[in-house]
Amino acid sequence: MDSIIAWFNDFKADFILNFVDQQRWKFITTGLKNTLVITLLSLILGVFLGIIIAIVRSSYDKTYDEMRGGVKKFLFSLANGICRLYLTVIRGTPVVVQLMIMYYIIFASSRNSLMVAVIAFGINSGAYVAEIVRSGIMSIDAGQFEAGRSLGFDYKSTMIYIVLPQAFKNVLPALANEFIVLLKETSVAGYVTIRDLTMGGNIIRAATYSAFLPLIAVALIYLVLVIFFSKLVNILERRLRRSER
Amino acid sequence: MAVLEVNNLKKSFDRTEVLKDISFSLEKGEVLSIIGSSGSGKTTLLRCLNFLERAEKGTIAVNGKEIFNGENLKKTPESVIRENRLHFGLVFQSFNLFPQYTVLQNITLAPTLLKRGTPEEIEEKAKSLIARVGLTEKTDFYPCQLSGGQQQRVAIARALALTPDVLCFDEPTSALDPELTGEVLKVIRDLKNGDCTMIVVTHEMEFAKSVSDKIMFMADGVIEEMGTPEEVFGNPKSEKTRAFLNSSLEQF
Ligand SMILES: Nc1ncnc2c1ncn2[C@@H]1O[C@H](COP(=O)(O)OP(=O)(O)OP(=O)(O)O)[C@@H](O)[C@H]1O
Ligand SMILES: [Mg+2]
Repeated sequence: MDSIIAWFNDFKADFILNFVDQQRWKFITTGLKNTLVITLLSLILGVFLGIIIAIVRSSYDKTYDEMRGGVKKFLFSLANGICRLYLTVIRGTPVVVQLMIMYYIIFASSRNSLMVAVIAFGINSGAYVAEIVRSGIMSIDAGQFEAGRSLGFDYKSTMIYIVLPQAFKNVLPALANEFIVLLKETSVAGYVTIRDLTMGGNIIRAATYSAFLPLIAVALIYLVLVIFFSKLVNILERRLRRSER
Repeated sequence: MAVLEVNNLKKSFDRTEVLKDISFSLEKGEVLSIIGSSGSGKTTLLRCLNFLERAEKGTIAVNGKEIFNGENLKKTPESVIRENRLHFGLVFQSFNLFPQYTVLQNITLAPTLLKRGTPEEIEEKAKSLIARVGLTEKTDFYPCQLSGGQQQRVAIARALALTPDVLCFDEPTSALDPELTGEVLKVIRDLKNGDCTMIVVTHEMEFAKSVSDKIMFMADGVIEEMGTPEEVFGNPKSEKTRAFLNSSLEQF
């Protein structure tokens, strides 16, 4: 009994030291805020980039044979080549390295590290989103394209009105998953001096010389967020499936 | 004057000739049924008429105006092809309705995008087409809420919304349960009475016999035999036709 009380008192002292003294909990809350902001903004950027790349890539595959030669075809091939290069480079290098290159080389003169992180994570996420959306477009039955063409639609209208809405609906759960992955990946933001959730916990650890509570707290917060968003994805998936039938 | 005139149409897929010199014509209001064994090129012919495939040689004329010529294929801009395509409507074997739109929206989408009238006019016309295929009470349903037969009737209304000169069907009842084919065939029959010019690829011999003005029997990419239903079914000249008809009788 005594030992339990002793342990509890230790824990309480530890808790007060790490989170209450000098309002250290603020490192956690502002860190959480920064983590969520970076994740959300970079997902928006990623989805935007991803959709454009997916359209270029799949349109290239679908219409290349029918295209006549000339400047248009050349530009299209060029765009497709750039997209492929982008996908290869981004998916072939670690996101931390990309982040540091952005911060220390490309935007070396920028003070706004949060913005740099959003750009870096957004560009990174775009590569993965592109492949998700592209698989969505490719999964749409060829009959849908043909129905569109037989009704006199051009390629663009067929994409906008017929294919993309269906493709997007099909990949919505995968996109939501990408959000969850991204949420965890942003934990490396501390490498470029951003005080995200992970960095917040680390600052407390460095100040109090006690690792256990700050790091476990950070881990728990990530875990709760991931469980929460996964639940949302599940609900979303079930909704979508129901509207199918 | 013939509504449709096809001359010397040729189409091959990597070296294999799938259509070898197809020529025929169709008068206004006539119904042509195309029969023939699997792989004989029936679908490919319809797809060439709708420019889903490009034939390499030959001409297609609608109402006396040449809309396709294999000779100057390279020079024809995409937009012209798109416009010429609208002389033909196509009803697919697998319906290919747009799942994210209601019955009404499936039908109004193309006329709206092609600016074929005011929204009110387009909707009114769509509703009358829905009534024509007997689906008024399903106007606001989604395709997944309809039976296959009902979906195919919507697909017919959708193709009719652009008032094509010739409406083409590629085995419109092949994907349907036997008890649902009747409702689709009835709609096609009604269209014939409404003076619609149609080309129907079908395996329903009884239907072909009773609804068609002309029967085309295709074998290995050529028109083996063409004539009235009485001629082709009653007194086939070609040995291949006879063999095909016999084997298709055995199946049923
Ligand atoms: N896209 C394509 N590429 C290569 N070959 C093709 C293509 N489409 C059709 N073919 C070939 O062309 C021939 C004719 O095909 P088609 O689909 O026109 O036959 P069909 O008469 O409609 O047959 P079915 O009764 O089975 O529908 C077949 O041998 C087929 O393999
Ligand atoms: Mg076929």
